[in-house]
Amino acid sequence: MSPPDIARLESIARDIRVRIIETSHKTNTPHLGSCLSCVDILVAAYFHCLRLDPARPRDADRDRFILSKGHGAAALFQVLGVRGFYPVAMLDDYGKDGSLFAEHPPAPAYLPGIEAATGSLGHGLPIGLGMALAGRIHRRKYNVIALLSDGECNEGSVWEAAMMAASQKTERLAVFIDFNKWQATGRSEQVLALSPLVDKWRAFGWNACEVDGHDMAALVRLMQGVPDGSGKPVAIVAHTVKGKGVSFMEDDNNWHYRIPTADEVVKAKKELGVPA
Amino acid sequence: MRNAFADEITKLGAADPRVVLLSGDIGNKLFDKFKEQAPGRFFNCGVAEANMMGVAAGMALSGLRPVVYTITPFTTTRCFEQIRVDVCYHKAPVIIVGTGSGLSYADLGPTHHSCEDLAILRTLPEMTVLAPADSLELRAGLRAALHHDGPVYMRIGKKGEPQIHASEPDLRFGKALTIQQGSDVCLVATGVMVATAVQAAKLLAAQRISARVESFPSVKPLDTARLAELFGRYGLVAVIEEHGRIGGLAGAIAEWLATQDAARGRLLSFGTADEFMHEVGTTEYARRKFGLTPENIAREVAGRHAHRR
Repeated sequence: MSPPDIARLESIARDIRVRIIETSHKTNTPHLGSCLSCVDILVAAYFHCLRLDPARPRDADRDRFILSKGHGAAALFQVLGVRGFYPVAMLDDYGKDGSLFAEHPPAPAYLPGIEAATGSLGHGLPIGLGMALAGRIHRRKYNVIALLSDGECNEGSVWEAAMMAASQKTERLAVFIDFNKWQATGRSEQVLALSPLVDKWRAFGWNACEVDGHDMAALVRLMQGVPDGSGKPVAIVAHTVKGKGVSFMEDDNNWHYRIPTADEVVKAKKELGVPA
Repeated sequence: MRNAFADEITKLGAADPRVVLLSGDIGNKLFDKFKEQAPGRFFNCGVAEANMMGVAAGMALSGLRPVVYTITPFTTTRCFEQIRVDVCYHKAPVIIVGTGSGLSYADLGPTHHSCEDLAILRTLPEMTVLAPADSLELRAGLRAALHHDGPVYMRIGKKGEPQIHASEPDLRFGKALTIQQGSDVCLVATGVMVATAVQAAKLLAAQRISARVESFPSVKPLDTARLAELFGRYGLVAVIEEHGRIGGLAGAIAEWLATQDAARGRLLSFGTADEFMHEVGTTEYARRKFGLTPENIAREVAGRHAHRR
């Protein structure tokens, strides 16, 4: 990818971050830190790597992206809107009674671009594995990417799926882990010993590697490298910063639930280089 | 029943390329023919039922018709949340089969009993709940499930269940099947207990009590039109199921009955007690323990019938 292409993606990521923060303030939507940590992964996927057409969201050959960490929905909704799955203006209804935009993604039949209704952790990878196996049965060459949080790796179903994906050699299945080192109430390493996370995925039969989860060029390169020719599913442990992009939110777990004030929105926009 | 299931799913799998069979490390050799006829569409998902259910949902969302098969507690209570979220919330057309339901595996202990599955699965929106009485109801139910655009749960027995029907019945969701007519009392049963109900009816006939027998393969949706007819006509309707008396077929009927003005019939329910069976025993032993024998049912029904006359 050329430097101007990377710069374009980085600019989109800045715009998405601002939209998430503004929406959180307007609609009292929490999980800001979790949303900001995965924005770059979402932008790399939806604005460059995934083979999909927002005008044909159910196309049988599309790449599938599952936000298994469903509490990042506020980020995904902005990404899908800006990418053109639905008018961005629809997001003005965020959180209102009767709106489709809840704190977690709705069922796929209700909103274009959504592949799975997540929010209960540990569900996205098994569903994605089913989709990858269906692709093999149908002889279609789409990729399935599931984005998990590090806290989500607490769930046993994640590792059940990991073992089956390895035995089935689903090489078109990839996992990205938004490894921001926090879960809802504490450091993920302290809640349940996660490390060594990359080695765990390797030991489960996956091709695993680490990446700076905010390095757009590296994210694009890894995402486009699926399948990687090894015949194994791919796990990418993306080191991220919770609340990435806003100094007073970064690595501060209070922003798992806190809502920014009007002043804080102004400050955040200034830091992100966007006029207030 | 499990042999009939294996035979029918093999036929269906050969005819319909959407059919995929997922097993939780069970059914050794049972599915050899399916594997042979539909290579690439059988998956041994290992002893990992939560994942198996999610995989099935992902397949169903991709246009396939997955059938999930393992012992009842492991395909229901073990992965209930996956059934609720991945299958029902997505309205994914997954067919969930629980083998060895009720007290079929009495000798394996309460870890392998399933006397809660009807109750918990019928609480889920979009879910259809079936309990076939014999291999013919099972085959018909499986085909109906495959043509249904939503999740279906089917609890089946083990092996050697008596045949109820002489030929394949016209099984439809939400429709009861009349097994035999009768004028004094009505026995409503589901699953393997239909055979017990037929035997109980014979014992009642010997006491000059004419019992109608109804099979309710569809626990959800419930055939409320038939129920209205039965509770309007008979003074006593006994509901028999190899399931706890909390929340199963009798529970479902009681919920409906409480809203009815015209019903004159009283409900008498036969099912397992609100307890775990801590001692070892055969299925027959367990049924005796919980009063699920033709003799006990006939005795209690006759007693209530005499009392009400």
